[in-house]
Amino acid sequence: MTRSAAPPAPPRRIPSITGRLFAAIGLLLLAGGVAITFAAFAYGQQAARDAFDRLLIGAANQISASIAIVDGEPLADLPVSALDLLALAGQDRIVYRIVGENGETLTGYDAPALPEFEYDSLFFDGEFTGEAARFVAVKRQFAERGFSGAVTTIVGHTTRARTALAWDIARNAWLLLAAAGLGMVALAAFAIRSALAPLRRIQEELLARDPHDLTPLDVAVPSELSAVTEAINRFMGRLNRQIEGMQNLISDSAHQLRTPIAALRAQAELAADEPDPDRRERIVARIHNRSVELTRLTDQILNRALIIHRSDSEPHEWVDLRKVAMRAAESFDDGTLFEEGRLRLDLASASAGVIGDRLSLEEAAKNFISNALTHGEGTVAVTVTRHGDHARLAVSDQGKGPPSELLGELGTRFTRGKSGGSGLGLAIARAVATAHHGRLDLGRTDDGRFEIALILPLAAEKTP
Amino acid sequence: MKQLVIALLVGMLTLAPATAQEDAPFTGEREDMAIFGPDGAERTLTIRSTTDIAVFAPVLEAFLRDRTTIRVVYEQWGSNDLYDLSRRDCAADGAPGADLVISSAIDLQMKLANDGCAAEFHSPGTDALPLSRNWRSSVFGVTEEPAVMIYNTELVSEAEAPASRFDLIDLLRPNDSRFRGRVATYDIEASGLGYLFAFVDSAQANTFGRLLEAFGRSGAVATCCSAEIIDAVSDGRYLIAYNVLGSYALARAEENPRIGIRAPTDYTLILSRAALVPQGAEDLRDAGAFIDFMLSAAGREALTRSRLVVRLGQDPDADLQLTGGPSTLRPIALSPALLAGLDQHKRRLFTDVWRQNLASE
Repeated sequence: MTRSAAPPAPPRRIPSITGRLFAAIGLLLLAGGVAITFAAFAYGQQAARDAFDRLLIGAANQISASIAIVDGEPLADLPVSALDLLALAGQDRIVYRIVGENGETLTGYDAPALPEFEYDSLFFDGEFTGEAARFVAVKRQFAERGFSGAVTTIVGHTTRARTALAWDIARNAWLLLAAAGLGMVALAAFAIRSALAPLRRIQEELLARDPHDLTPLDVAVPSELSAVTEAINRFMGRLNRQIEGMQNLISDSAHQLRTPIAALRAQAELAADEPDPDRRERIVARIHNRSVELTRLTDQILNRALIIHRSDSEPHEWVDLRKVAMRAAESFDDGTLFEEGRLRLDLASASAGVIGDRLSLEEAAKNFISNALTHGEGTVAVTVTRHGDHARLAVSDQGKGPPSELLGELGTRFTRGKSGGSGLGLAIARAVATAHHGRLDLGRTDDGRFEIALILPLAAEKTP
Repeated sequence: MKQLVIALLVGMLTLAPATAQEDAPFTGEREDMAIFGPDGAERTLTIRSTTDIAVFAPVLEAFLRDRTTIRVVYEQWGSNDLYDLSRRDCAADGAPGADLVISSAIDLQMKLANDGCAAEFHSPGTDALPLSRNWRSSVFGVTEEPAVMIYNTELVSEAEAPASRFDLIDLLRPNDSRFRGRVATYDIEASGLGYLFAFVDSAQANTFGRLLEAFGRSGAVATCCSAEIIDAVSDGRYLIAYNVLGSYALARAEENPRIGIRAPTDYTLILSRAALVPQGAEDLRDAGAFIDFMLSAAGREALTRSRLVVRLGQDPDADLQLTGGPSTLRPIALSPALLAGLDQHKRRLFTDVWRQNLASE
């Protein structure tokens, strides 16, 4: 109760889901954009290099093939088409050089330097009058009467067209990414809207409710949100039970207290009018007895309310039923019960742990014992045993127990045993059993004793 | 023939401008010079060009009409000398001697630009040029001059005058043709422009091989220089001349009715003189302004009046009737492919083939 009485903490402001999703997507797109720009430019450079290198080697091969040995001297009949091929690289300056066996320039430019290479051709980067350039060298071997040896053709061009193509490819990739990014943002906006729609539905449903309506929510939600609605429904169920409990308490109290108080009042009036001191004395003794009974009744009503409240609101803990039985039994011991053999404890050797509220369980056990001591006969035995996955706390006596027609009704409210109990004790016990996912068992044992038992699911051993 | 090759080899050494050594003594000589504009002008634009001052003066005057703060120093050079000089400027430190170089030897201009001797210049005018007339924003084709055939109108009837290269080949074919020995063209060893036309011809069509063969059989003459060729046709020494620069021919035909001009109907080469700003020029403003002027409507008008832009077509006001249709026009593109013609091996082989067919005079 203290918890619900505390002033509600102001809800902390955290960024909206939409905002956070957009931030995340934006970050992703930004990082992706930077990465893709670099990747696209690298790819563009590679693609441009491959494309233009083919032009280069094509031109070099054409020029190399045009070399013929004329009068023992290599002569290049430089094909215009080869230079046309180079001129396909748009605005790039071109350079070519045909180098003889001894590294001398046969025709063309004096640069670039002849690289060392073993194979037929070699691509290399360099410079042509201050501008970055790409070259290929192609070697051709001659073995003719007048001339024997290698003639190397070097062809190159500046890299303007390559860079332009690389940027072009990169820019196209980037534009594609930007379009995809916009698409993703639009999709994300749509997804966020539709994902948050059930929350809005829950909100609308709750706002539209009657303040007294605590029935479970009936809103179709996706599985991710069912935990939320379930939590809301559990919370409302608890609220509902507590309200019901309070209403029951009030109606029980009214019902149960009205008659004894009216009787007390009648007796008191009787005593006030009674002139005979002996008879007045007896009436006063009766008033006292009634008062004691009324006190017990009030206790029970309040206990039950307390227990119903606790079983819903107190956090459950690991409890050993043996200890519950011991404490319950000891609370009745005035020092003679055990000695006289009126009460006997018979506990399992292994622990009988359950998850529950210790106080509620003790209260239930006390009720059993109290009933057995009050209404039963012979020795009252309190036993705790384990049966498979259940623990069992039973209280038995040697009496006949309540009449069998009453057995079925025992434990519901307003059912009184024949000897004037309020019936509330068993009602409390039943409530406790239900709250702990267990049940009550009433009946006769094989050896003819009347027994009432609380059966609860066993919990795993308490971990230290 | 072998002797001829060897003789050519020797000749090549002095001719190949592509391999001209920068440290060799420069022996070129300026042909002429003129200064345009006010004496006290703030700025001077120095133009080196291969075009005759007389032809180009009206264009410069039109340019300076609205510009009072500029004067133009116009130097006229031979194309090889101009190339050597520009290369020398390019190799040397400091500002080049000219702000603008305009040459009809567009292959040499391309080589200068290709070798990094040209500055880049952008303007809306240059950006609007077709790619064949703007290379790398460094070389710009500013004129439009066809390569034409001319004939002596007194000795050759209009019906007989060849309309195409095929007609010319047919005229030369008969063994008793009266055109034998009386057809002339540029000596490609003496004329850079003649070489350029011949080289581009050889790449255009295999008609050129047949034409060369016909030239050879009929004893056609290779001779030097536009003026001499046109004079000789006018005199009747030659009946027909092939691949004459149309701008010169048109100018002469205007005052000399004996000169007839034909733009070949199979294809007509169009030469655009190439302008470039030398690398290292400090201030591109005036050179750029002059380039833009030449590309503007007013500039084109001035160039047209000087016959440097020849209007070809079938309109009555065309400078030269073109019966072949616009698809037969072949502008010589400013492309690095022109460098092939400058290659010393290529030049040697090409000249060799030429030499086998044509005797120079």
